[in-house]
Amino acid sequence: MKRRKLFAAVGINVLAWVLSLILLAPLLLILFNSFKTRKAAADMSLTLPASLEWSNYALVIEKGKLGTTFLNSMLYSVCSVLLCTLLCTMAAYVLSRNRRKLHNFLYLFVVLGIAIPINYIPLIKVMQTLKLMNTRAGIILLYTATQIPFNVFLIHSFVSKISPEIDEAAVIDGASPLSLFFRIVMPLMKPVLVTVMVLTFLNTWSEFVMPLYFLGSTDKWPMTLAVYNFFGMYFKDWNLVCADIVLTSLPVIIIYLLGQKYIVSGMTAGAVKG
Amino acid sequence: MNKNRIYPTYFVFGALLLYTVLFVLPSLTGLGYSFTDWSVYSDEIHFIGLENFATVFSSDYNYTRMLANTIRFTLVTTVVKNAVGLALAVLLTKKVKLLNFHRAVMYLPCVLSALIVGMIFKSVLNPKIGLLNTFLRRIGLGFLASNWLTDSKIAFRSVMAVDIWKGMGYIMTILIAGIMSIPQTYYEAASIDGGNAWQCFRHITLPLLVPTLTVTTVLNVIYGLKVFDMVYSLTNGGPGFATEVMYTGVYKEFGLGRYAVGTTLSTVMTLVMLVAGYFMIKHMVKGDGQEI
Repeated sequence: MKRRKLFAAVGINVLAWVLSLILLAPLLLILFNSFKTRKAAADMSLTLPASLEWSNYALVIEKGKLGTTFLNSMLYSVCSVLLCTLLCTMAAYVLSRNRRKLHNFLYLFVVLGIAIPINYIPLIKVMQTLKLMNTRAGIILLYTATQIPFNVFLIHSFVSKISPEIDEAAVIDGASPLSLFFRIVMPLMKPVLVTVMVLTFLNTWSEFVMPLYFLGSTDKWPMTLAVYNFFGMYFKDWNLVCADIVLTSLPVIIIYLLGQKYIVSGMTAGAVKG
Repeated sequence: MNKNRIYPTYFVFGALLLYTVLFVLPSLTGLGYSFTDWSVYSDEIHFIGLENFATVFSSDYNYTRMLANTIRFTLVTTVVKNAVGLALAVLLTKKVKLLNFHRAVMYLPCVLSALIVGMIFKSVLNPKIGLLNTFLRRIGLGFLASNWLTDSKIAFRSVMAVDIWKGMGYIMTILIAGIMSIPQTYYEAASIDGGNAWQCFRHITLPLLVPTLTVTTVLNVIYGLKVFDMVYSLTNGGPGFATEVMYTGVYKEFGLGRYAVGTTLSTVMTLVMLVAGYFMIKHMVKGDGQEI
C-alpha cells in the first residue's frame, strides 16, 4: 500500500514535468536560438548556445525598427487601458447600482458584445466617415470599443458585491455623484480595476488584426505585426527572428508574471460561482 | 433616495457611444451591405437582393468549405481543450511539487500573441529542421515525420493542435478554480466510504464541475467560430483551401476588394453567434443577480 502511494506520488510529479516541458520546449527553442550565430541557428536545434551573441538583439532592434514599433505598441496598450478602465468602470458602476428597465436593457446590450463578432469591412466605412482610418487615435478607440463588453461584465459583477450602504452614507454627508464615484467607490474597486488593466494591456499588446485592416502605414504598426513582417524578410536568419520574438513577447511575459493573481481572478469571475 | 440622481445615467454614455458606433453599428450596416454589390471596383452601390447569400452557400465556390472548416475547428478544439484542460486541472490540484510553477507554465502560451505562436510553430513544424520531426527521428519514429503545415491532408489538424497547445492552459485555469470551490468534506466523506480516486472524480468532481464546463464550452465555441489569427499566421488558409476558415475568407475578400461578399460572410457569422451569445449571456448574467 505504502509503495503504491509512493509510485503514485512520483508518477504525478513526473507527468507534471513532462507536460510542462511540452509547453516550455518551443519557448526555450526560441530563447536559445536567439543567442546563437546565424550558422548555429540555421538548424533550430534545442541546444544551449555556444556563446551569447547579444549582437543579434542590437541588430534586430535596428533592422526591425523595434524602437518605433515598441513605442506604438506601448501607446496603443497604455491609452486603451486608461480609456477602457475609466469608461467601463463608470458604466458598469451605474448599470450595477441602478437597475431600472432601461439600465437592465443597456447592460445586456453591452454584454452581448462578448459574443458577437466585429464586422471588419463595414467598420472601415465607419472609420472613414469619422476620419479615423489609418490614425493612431482610431486604433486606440477601436481597441477600447472592442474590450468594453467583457470589462463591463467583469466590473459589474464586482460592484454588485460592494454594499450600497456606503454610497448612501456618503450622499447624506453631501457628496456629489462624481465625488462619490471617484473618491469613495473607485478606491474600493481596486482589485477588479487591476484585473481589467492587466487583461486589457495583454489583449491589446497581442492583437494584430485591427492594424491589419485599419493601419495602412507601417510606421504606425505595433510590435506584433512588425515582427511578422520581419519574419517575412529575414526568414533565413532564424537567430534574428528569434531575438525579435523574444523582445516582442517580453513585455507581456513580465506583465503576466507580475499580474498573474489578477488574471486568474478576472478569468474565473464569470465562470465559477463560489 | 433618488437612484437616478446618485447614479446618473450619463456615466454610461462614454462606453455606450464607443461600443455602439464602432461595434454594433458596423454589424447593422453590414447586414444592409450584404444585400448589395458593394466593391472596390465601382463607386455606386446597388441592391442585389439575396445574391451574396446564394454565392456564399453555393457549392460552386469554396465558402461552404470555409464554414465547414470553421465548424470542425470549433468542435475539435472545444472538445479536446476541455478534455485536456480537465485532465490538467485534476493533475494540478493534486499534491504536486512546484504546483504554482507548473500552473504558470501551462498558462504562459495564452498571453503570447497568436501571431508569435504561429511563428514559433512554423519553426517547430518545419519538415527539415523542425523540432518535432527531429525529435521523432531521434526516438526512432522517423516514419511519422511529416510536412505538418504543407500537406493538405494534415495541415488543418496541425493548426488545431497548435491552437490547443496555446489555449488549453486557459481552460485549465478556469477549471482549477472550479475544482477548488468544491468543498473538501465531500472528498473526505467519500474516502471514509472507501471511494477510490476514479470514483471521487466520477461522482464528485465531474458532476459539480458541469456548470464551469458549460462556461468553458461556450467560451470555446465563441472563440472557435471567430478564429482568424492562428490560421492566418500558420498557413493563411493554405495549402489550397485546406485550412481556410470564415474569417480568413473575410480578410481575403477584403484584399480582393469584394467588400459585399466579405461582409456577407461576417453577417452569417454574426447571426450564428447571436444565438450562441444569447445562451452564454443568460448563463453569465445570472451570477450577479441580474434579471433578464
